[in-house]
Amino acid sequence: MPAAAPDLKAHLQDLPLVEALRAGDERAFLGLVGRLHAGMVHFARGFVNTDAAAEDVVQDTWAAVLEGIDGFEGRSALRSWIFGIVANLARTRATRDQRAVPLSALERDDGEPAVDASEFLPVSHPRWGGHWAKYPEAWPEEQLLSQEMLAHVRDAIARLPQGQRAVIQLRDVEGWSSEEVREALSVSEVNQRVLLHRARSRVRREIARYVDRRSKP
Amino acid sequence: MSRALPADLDCVVAVEQVTDYLEGALPLQARTEFEQHLVTCPGCVIYLRQIRAQIAASASLADERPAPEEVTRKLLAMFRASRGI
Repeated sequence: MPAAAPDLKAHLQDLPLVEALRAGDERAFLGLVGRLHAGMVHFARGFVNTDAAAEDVVQDTWAAVLEGIDGFEGRSALRSWIFGIVANLARTRATRDQRAVPLSALERDDGEPAVDASEFLPVSHPRWGGHWAKYPEAWPEEQLLSQEMLAHVRDAIARLPQGQRAVIQLRDVEGWSSEEVREALSVSEVNQRVLLHRARSRVRREIARYVDRRSKP
Repeated sequence: MSRALPADLDCVVAVEQVTDYLEGALPLQARTEFEQHLVTCPGCVIYLRQIRAQIAASASLADERPAPEEVTRKLLAMFRASRGI
């Protein structure tokens, strides 16, 4: 896919900010912290065992950012670069805390179907094999945005395998482009999409189960 | 042109293509088949809506709450030190 154009734009947008940081502009730095810090901690928490470890990792990340900002070449978007540092430091920390997950786990496809096979009619069905046995239920929008449901979605994301969790957080929660996510996590376009697909499918299954339980008396 | 309608996509295949579809990663032919399938399959339309609603719900989880004051103070001190201020 042609990625060069949006890519370039994102990086150009970052330039004034990078210059401001280099020049010691405190307001620019605090603005960046305000925008990214909470998301970084959340992201780090997907790799390490405790909230405290995640906070440590993010603080070390900021130190690395300040050290590296003069040499930052803008080959990726600023936030991709920063979250890439979070991911690296968090993995190192996880290894130290014996929660070592090999890098390749980020790229693994667990191969499970998006929807459980039992939801479809068997292939042997004379006419409708491979089609829905029963249509999925439409979700009431107000229910989906309720605090209770959102907490449920958050939990479902937290339970995902590491790579899936990292990708869905950056794409769907933080609203990043696939390009930015690939830069931050060093995964290929296809792997990024596979992880996103597995993650969204799993979270959907959990929401569906939850809605189903709620609608039954 | 007389040509038999292409065999309809199975739902079990369609649900695996939803992410590629939303990402704009389906080749033209597959995209057309997917969209044709949606025309005839209310179940897959609901499924796609669910995924879209879920993405919207996920987006509302983004926490832009400011970093705790203590953290901000610490980071600001780090920033000043790094810039020699």
